Amino acid sequence: MEKLGGLFNPSSPEMEAMADLTFYIIAISIGILAIIVVAVTYIIIRYRKNPNDNSEPYQNFGDLRLEIVWTLIPIAIVAVLFQLTCSTMRAVDPPIQDHETDIVIIGHQWWWEIYYPKSGVITANEVHMPVGKNLLLRIESIDVIHDFWVPELARKIDAVPGHPNHMWISASKPGVYLGACSEFCGTQHANMRIRVIAETEDEFNEWQKQEFVIPKTPRAGIAGEGAELFKTKACMNCHTILGTPAAARIGPNLTHLNKRQTIGAGVLTNSTENLTKWLTNPQKYKHGALMPNMKLTQSEVNQLVAYLEALN
Amino acid sequence: MSTRIPIVPENVKPLPALKENEGMLTWVASIDHKQIGIMYIIVSMIYFLIGGLEALLIRTQLAQPENAFLSPEVFNQMFTMHGTTMIFFVVMPLLIGMGVYLVPLMIGARDMAFPRLNALSFWLVVFGGILLYYSFFTQSGASEVGWFAYAPLSEKPFSLNKGPTYWALGLLATGIGSIASGLNNIVTILTLRTAGMTMRRLPLFVWMILVTSFLIIFVFPIIASAFSMMLLDRLLGATFFTPAHGGSAILWQHFFWGFGHPEVYILVLPAFGIISEVIPVFSRKPIYGYEFIAGSTVAIGLLSLGVWAHHMFAVGLGNVANVYFALASMLIAIPTGIKILNWIATMWGGKIWFATPMLFATAFIIEFVIGGLTGVAIASVPIDWVVTDSYFIVAHFHYVLFGGSIFAIFAGVYYWFPKFSGRMLSETIGKWHFWLTVVGFNMTFFIQHFLGVMGMPRRVYTYHDFPYWGSMNMISTIGAFVLAISVIIFMWNVRYSLKHGKKAPDNPWNAWTLEWATTSPPAVHNFDLVPPVRGRRPLWDLAHPDNPDEPNAKIV
Repeated sequence: MEKLGGLFNPSSPEMEAMADLTFYIIAISIGILAIIVVAVTYIIIRYRKNPNDNSEPYQNFGDLRLEIVWTLIPIAIVAVLFQLTCSTMRAVDPPIQDHETDIVIIGHQWWWEIYYPKSGVITANEVHMPVGKNLLLRIESIDVIHDFWVPELARKIDAVPGHPNHMWISASKPGVYLGACSEFCGTQHANMRIRVIAETEDEFNEWQKQEFVIPKTPRAGIAGEGAELFKTKACMNCHTILGTPAAARIGPNLTHLNKRQTIGAGVLTNSTENLTKWLTNPQKYKHGALMPNMKLTQSEVNQLVAYLEALN
Repeated sequence: MSTRIPIVPENVKPLPALKENEGMLTWVASIDHKQIGIMYIIVSMIYFLIGGLEALLIRTQLAQPENAFLSPEVFNQMFTMHGTTMIFFVVMPLLIGMGVYLVPLMIGARDMAFPRLNALSFWLVVFGGILLYYSFFTQSGASEVGWFAYAPLSEKPFSLNKGPTYWALGLLATGIGSIASGLNNIVTILTLRTAGMTMRRLPLFVWMILVTSFLIIFVFPIIASAFSMMLLDRLLGATFFTPAHGGSAILWQHFFWGFGHPEVYILVLPAFGIISEVIPVFSRKPIYGYEFIAGSTVAIGLLSLGVWAHHMFAVGLGNVANVYFALASMLIAIPTGIKILNWIATMWGGKIWFATPMLFATAFIIEFVIGGLTGVAIASVPIDWVVTDSYFIVAHFHYVLFGGSIFAIFAGVYYWFPKFSGRMLSETIGKWHFWLTVVGFNMTFFIQHFLGVMGMPRRVYTYHDFPYWGSMNMISTIGAFVLAISVIIFMWNVRYSLKHGKKAPDNPWNAWTLEWATTSPPAVHNFDLVPPVRGRRPLWDLAHPDNPDEPNAKIV
């Protein structure tokens, strides 16, 4: 079973700073709540009306000094909270200065396009990154507002069309960190998931090198038939496969699909069986997704699956 | 010598007199503030049941991971309509309705300043609601874009169905009604107070309605303009909010939250007013620090106009803007804290009678403090960057709007029901209602704080089976059904007590404000004789001529 502990499992220095701030402020809040609860409980026990006593209590209208005191105490608490807020903001969101963008994340209804401007790699839904480095992300949207949120690694930020945003992200140790779109973006907002794969520098470089390989298009056999179908069945109107005429960016780049862990932005784990199911009818697994049911026959599905899995 | 032109014109034609036993027509055609107030409350209660049903459907779908009870489209319609209904057609009309009923009585007036405008306001709310719910019968159903209707998702290319159009039209109509009722309340409170009812003697409920009404007339025009621009975009191809054609998606958010944040105070200030009436009466003491409660309300009203972008910390407005809005938002904690402490000080040293209104008022203090404290936490920008648009926020604002507003409304309904109807609500059923509400409410929403910080986004129709997520959501869902049972018990109490409840005397709680000086229910003309007002508690002064409130009552 995959895990998501969010703030209970902060996995980057920035997230640790934000978790500390959160638990610190929650602790102050619990202290204040405890005082109120104790006071009210005391009142309930001590000042409950005796049914036989019909006299009126002392009529007290207030006290100016007391009012001033309990105006000043919250002002002091707010000052402390504000100071904590500002220092944490500086720590987790330092100025960009002349740092160049490491990864561009582009929100689409309902998947993420991921682009590495320094190397030119384009992938989808799964962000590979080296551990121990603070990377600068640029967050964009192609359609509606989305929000990039990986709860254990970094703050969230909106992907706003026409308004690119920047945020920092880092991971202290290798692992797969899960996230999701956090701004309501339409029918399949729930299935717009993110996986961040943090790995060592070497593993990351190796992955990036693999992504560069332009796979040979199979010419013969069932996979070769699949390659033909990809061109004729309108797949290429939306998808890119390097080394072929397919170069559209409406759906995810499928060049190295077989190296990804999930399909459909996290609705299914990536396996031959699931890919077959998905191509048979994507609407069954992600109702409302922009990829229509292509009404493929079983053999056509098998040919396309063979083709996509042969790309290496 | 100058002649004063009255702001409220003298009635040239007398108000139509009500005749007994004309059935529904006396209600539909009524311009009596009490009948309109009751109709507001009844209509809100019907919407409360509808909005509650939508909530149950939402919680049923989320009871377990990867559930297929609702399709994503239906789920999205449910949370859109639940939020819209509860805000615009439940809490607002409930509070406005109680205001319309009580303000003229509390200030010793015959009716609102503009009785016909009052009726117009009410019927606009009714028709706005019908327009909104009619969208369920259009081809692809109601709006699916959330009560916040963020552009460009709510714009034509992404929402081709008619839902958002009906949504904007319905809320536009309702909003115009709200502006009218805001103006009506302001003029009523400023001009129709009986002799001796100075602003410093005004009941705090009336003070809160006054500040709320100013907020309404300041911010509803903002959202009415935004709805109009959205309709122009959707119907006539304008592009105010579509970035692809030169518009701005963020502009909609500024308009929406420029209205939306003060709206929160529109929903909660009258609730503060109810609490400020109930606590003193059941503690048998005057309100502690009257000037500070009234003054802090004005402070909250002013501050609330300058904090809207704390809903937008994740939008990327830049940290200069973020820091300003964080500080402004945190400052609201100060006047709010003053109120809480004054309510507690009012109870301190009293002889407290824990009848149902007081039970709800006491629980209100605790629940609202929880919602207020999480509110301060999320005003801290980095915390907001973690939890915004997660279930933490859902928990936070339900503590404010249910634990705050709805608890206070229940306190108010139990308190004033004898005045409204001439019958007492059953105390036994009331206690069942109270305890089930406390249990159901906290069970539903407290656990959502944890789901939020663990990473569960809002507005998702399904979620992965992560450790603990399924069981936590299941607890929340069970809590929602307990809450539903408590509401049914409340409705039963109203129904039962209207027929079989104990007959209410004029002043069953031995309270002190003017509405208790007339009969229960009041005659059409409200008062045969308004008692003299020589302090904040006219009925206390009448009963205790040896120990009148003034001059001791003023602490500033």
